[in-house]
Amino acid sequence: MNLKGKAWKFGNDIDTDVIIPARYLNTSDPAELAKHCMEDIDANFSRKVEKGDLIIAGDNFGCGSSREHAPISIKAAGVSCIIAKSFARIFFRNAINIGLPILICPEAAEKIAEGDQVEVDLAAGSIKNLTKNEVYQAQPFPPFMQEIISAGGLIPYVDQKRREKS
Amino acid sequence: MGMTITEKILADHAGEKFVEPGQFVNVKLDLVLANDITGPVAIKEFKKLNTPQVFNREKIALVPDHFTPNKDIQSAQQAKELREFAKEQELTNYFEVGEMGIEHALLPEKGLVLPGDLVIGADSHTCTYGALGAFSTGVGSTDLAAGMALGETWLMVPESIKFVFKGKLKPWVSGKDLILYTIGQIGVDGALYKAMEFTGEAIEELSMDGRFTMTNMAIEAGAKNGIIAPDEKTIAYVRERAKRPYKVFSSDPDAKYAQIFEFDASDIEPQVAFPHSPANTKPISEAAGIPIDQAVIGSCTNGRIEDLRITAQILKGKKVSPYTRLIIIPGTQEIYRQAVKEGLVEIFLDAGAVVSTPTCGPCLGGHMGILAEGEKCIATTNRNFRGRMGHVTSEIYLASPAVAAASAVKGRIAAPEEVR
Repeated sequence: MNLKGKAWKFGNDIDTDVIIPARYLNTSDPAELAKHCMEDIDANFSRKVEKGDLIIAGDNFGCGSSREHAPISIKAAGVSCIIAKSFARIFFRNAINIGLPILICPEAAEKIAEGDQVEVDLAAGSIKNLTKNEVYQAQPFPPFMQEIISAGGLIPYVDQKRREKS
Repeated sequence: MGMTITEKILADHAGEKFVEPGQFVNVKLDLVLANDITGPVAIKEFKKLNTPQVFNREKIALVPDHFTPNKDIQSAQQAKELREFAKEQELTNYFEVGEMGIEHALLPEKGLVLPGDLVIGADSHTCTYGALGAFSTGVGSTDLAAGMALGETWLMVPESIKFVFKGKLKPWVSGKDLILYTIGQIGVDGALYKAMEFTGEAIEELSMDGRFTMTNMAIEAGAKNGIIAPDEKTIAYVRERAKRPYKVFSSDPDAKYAQIFEFDASDIEPQVAFPHSPANTKPISEAAGIPIDQAVIGSCTNGRIEDLRITAQILKGKKVSPYTRLIIIPGTQEIYRQAVKEGLVEIFLDAGAVVSTPTCGPCLGGHMGILAEGEKCIATTNRNFRGRMGHVTSEIYLASPAVAAASAVKGRIAAPEEVR
């Protein structure tokens, strides 16, 4: 998985209503949701973001509603990884479950600036800031969570496990 | 070593004698819940699992409450997916428009959640059922799909924070004010991943309706669950509703807490959370005077009968201020019927309010009261995030039904005493 791209910075307590406003929840089509990703905090985000880019945020990213449409819209917009100081718990589970890589790393969240080129090694939990030539270390997730992410989410993971057994 | 009520319920459902914070447990589910927004995504994922049947057709509740009665064609399509899945799986707990209510008001009323239960729901306010002494928490659609297939899920045992509310409540102070005050004290991530356990004299004094309001908003402090140990009021509430046995748990005296907060409830005024955070709370004395365009009384937080009785107490013989809209939404059909019987609806109509069929509607900016550019709304709902109820420049102030009703009469944020 190539997790490399430009950093887009956001602050603390980015809630699911600004990630994907409820007025768009009458669909669950990822491509449609991607068009409105982060719309209420940065109206042009979906047009600016490029495949592989990363979101860098402060504390409590994804607080609020349980809508899985939030990580779905971010993933479909092309974001390869979210690095935050902390995540709200439902968003955390949802991101893992849909195979959207996330990392908790306060140092990276502080030091990475908007526009920096960043590369992530998920298995090792290491975050390279190619612009500033710095490396930050996050606690890697336990192997079962990494397997879920690399399978593309919980459902493909369960499917894969079943095939392995049969 | 002692355990908290949350730990005891998790241990009970994991088949363990003892669990402690940080431990991962696989737990059996008593009820799995989804609505018309999260349900279709969960159903799509469930179908990918090639599991022909849900684990137990009596333990899945599907409630089309968010964008219903259908607000547009796409929403109608989503509600249809929910209905068709319920038919195909022969689910016993699907609630059609007409018997449907706002999920977290409806399920306790129907006796579908009982003390000691473990419930997951694809809705963040699933934590509401903690008021019954149950463990309940919100999950996303994929977790829900797996829950529908397996009847179990994995959870990390959370640390608990105890909130002790001493003393008696002042007049017009409600469960809403206590929880807004608490979130204001600890912040929107003050209880991240943790259990919020509410106790003390002021909690005992609260009705079940007031307690549901408190546990409902635990998620607004980032909590995994909110919980109140059952007492006589809880048992009286469930006795007439329960159709199966249940277990009453309470925390041991030597249970461990990550933190303990003690608040003097008799010092707490009615609270108002300013835009755009539920933690941005101020006492009513610092909020009164802000002009409003709309007031909403309803939602899974404050759409219960006690909320409507208090609203009627304020509105009786009064009129909603000119150029101000007051929208009142009973949480369930039973609450609606009761409000008609008690003459509350007549008081609302006389005052110039509109009364809607049960729906989440405006709370999440769906329908039934969307805000225009720059408009201000006082609402008894649970979130005042940017753009939540409509235009991105609109503003939401969160408060109790008493404050919202008084504000509708004055056309500006007002204390109940200004009207009564």
